Amino acid sequence: MTQPAPRSSRFAGMTGRGLVIATAVVLVAALLPLGLSSYQVGLATEILIFGILAMSIDILAGFAGRTSLGHGAIFGVSTYVVVYLTAQGEMSPWIALVLGVAAATAVASVFALLAVRTSGVYFLLLTLALGMIIWGVCLRWTQVTGGENGMRGDVRPAALVGQSAFYWAVLACAAAVSYAMWRFVNSPFGLTLRGIRDSESRMRSLGYNVPLHLFIGFTVSGIFAGIAGALYAMFNNFVSPSTVALAQSVEGVLMMIAGGVGTLFGAFVGAAAIIILENIVSSYTERWLMVLGVTFVLIMIFAPEGIIGKLRALTSRKPR
Amino acid sequence: MSLFQILNGLTFAALLFVVASGFTLIFGLLRIVNLAHGALYLFGGYIGYTVAIKTGSFLVGGIGAMAAIAAIGFVLDQGLLRFVRGNELRQVLLTLGVAFFLNDLALVIWGGDSFTVPIPELLRGGTRVFGTFYPIYRLFVLVTGILVFIGLWVLLNHTRLGALIRAGVDDAEMVEASGVNIRRVFLFTFLFGSALAGLGGLMGGAFLSLYPSADAEILTFSLAVVIIGGRGSLVGVAVGSLLVGLLNTLGQVMFPELAYFVIFGPMAVLLAFRPLGLFGRAT
Repeated sequence: MTQPAPRSSRFAGMTGRGLVIATAVVLVAALLPLGLSSYQVGLATEILIFGILAMSIDILAGFAGRTSLGHGAIFGVSTYVVVYLTAQGEMSPWIALVLGVAAATAVASVFALLAVRTSGVYFLLLTLALGMIIWGVCLRWTQVTGGENGMRGDVRPAALVGQSAFYWAVLACAAAVSYAMWRFVNSPFGLTLRGIRDSESRMRSLGYNVPLHLFIGFTVSGIFAGIAGALYAMFNNFVSPSTVALAQSVEGVLMMIAGGVGTLFGAFVGAAAIIILENIVSSYTERWLMVLGVTFVLIMIFAPEGIIGKLRALTSRKPR
Repeated sequence: MSLFQILNGLTFAALLFVVASGFTLIFGLLRIVNLAHGALYLFGGYIGYTVAIKTGSFLVGGIGAMAAIAAIGFVLDQGLLRFVRGNELRQVLLTLGVAFFLNDLALVIWGGDSFTVPIPELLRGGTRVFGTFYPIYRLFVLVTGILVFIGLWVLLNHTRLGALIRAGVDDAEMVEASGVNIRRVFLFTFLFGSALAGLGGLMGGAFLSLYPSADAEILTFSLAVVIIGGRGSLVGVAVGSLLVGLLNTLGQVMFPELAYFVIFGPMAVLLAFRPLGLFGRAT
């Protein structure tokens, strides 16, 4: 992905081969609604939305070496704001979407201000605590958030009410956002993030302002999480504290890890794996959280490099 | 704040201290952020409740809760965490998976209703404290918190085991190199820290009651305590618990719906100046 190619064969920063693959993937994804039931299209939409969330976590985890356990809350703040503004504020969905992403970005920047000075376990601890404070506020601030019952609102603009139409809109959005994130992590700025991941002290002595870079990286990642949250508001037309709960952050992290840390697009594979698993499990039992917990433990023990990484390791071990 | 509210804050701080001291012991020595600690608290509460109801004894309930949670801690440490030793991130995320599992398991076993652990006859009713009528049980929690603090203080500062734990917090490898079986000290600390979560569960279960999201709430408070106090510091936990306990009560009095935000303030200010907490040290 990062291999330098001659300038002439590049388009929008992508190599010829990368461009072909990306176009093919988007085209195949665009054709999906023609062959799937409307329930499955809904599932595919959900996969795309959570793929964006998992990718936003991967920006930090894979490229800056900091795994955030608070991104579910950033995501959920956007969902809350969008639903609240359309339902209670009777605002146009489009303005609500923009404000939702803005709110998520603001929250992310506050998180970032506090978190950039920490690393390792402390970063986990802090983002977790910050995310849970958001959850606590959403749960208790009943007048505004509706407390445990959550809020309902018709968020989806009229043009996107159809299941397939909405899927295509989300797909277009996901493609654009993925491209933006890919450019971001491969930009000179993204390279400095990788430098910080590999050796913070070296980057500091080279004269880079490490906290500032991390702050910007975190905030940008928050924008993307906010976009995912706003799309989720349209998808669900409903929001409750479980949208900002720890489980949301954790699912996002799990998707990111399952897809492979630092692979960026692996996030969609991880999201697909977890969401499909969730649906299969939910059709048999109500104990999804238990299965999620066990999945988490198993992945940590047996496949911390992610599903794709694990498969690659398994296949390469076979003699050819 | 009236005296009544200050006492409420202090008793909550005492409970937080019991729970968070176990958390920080494990965090300080083993470098594991045990995110299942909240779930252990909740489980301890439920088990203590069940045992106390069956036997009719609060004390037996407490012993049962501590023993059962220590046993769960044993399985967690020896059965699962051993596979991911040396990798902090994987350890933390693994305990998170365990937390989800335990939380859901508790929902299966005890359902979604909230329970209150019955208070023993001796501790029921109230008494006058400086002219304010106050429940005896909550004073009992306060005293227990202080006793646990003293006990831990003596354990850490005046016993050989405590010396090993303190040495391990500073440099586990050197302790091992000097011929001590640090693994055993690790295991003991893990079980002991877990048992404290179980004790906290029973104590908290009698005045905060037990319900499915209680584990996440207590975990948030414990994290705040440890972030404020610093890793592995007993005094840090005590100061952190007092701060968080009193601020939370103040918050509930002044802005009932936004109480959570009030603990966020000092955490934010503190982190800006001391990223490792009040009593935390760089390793």
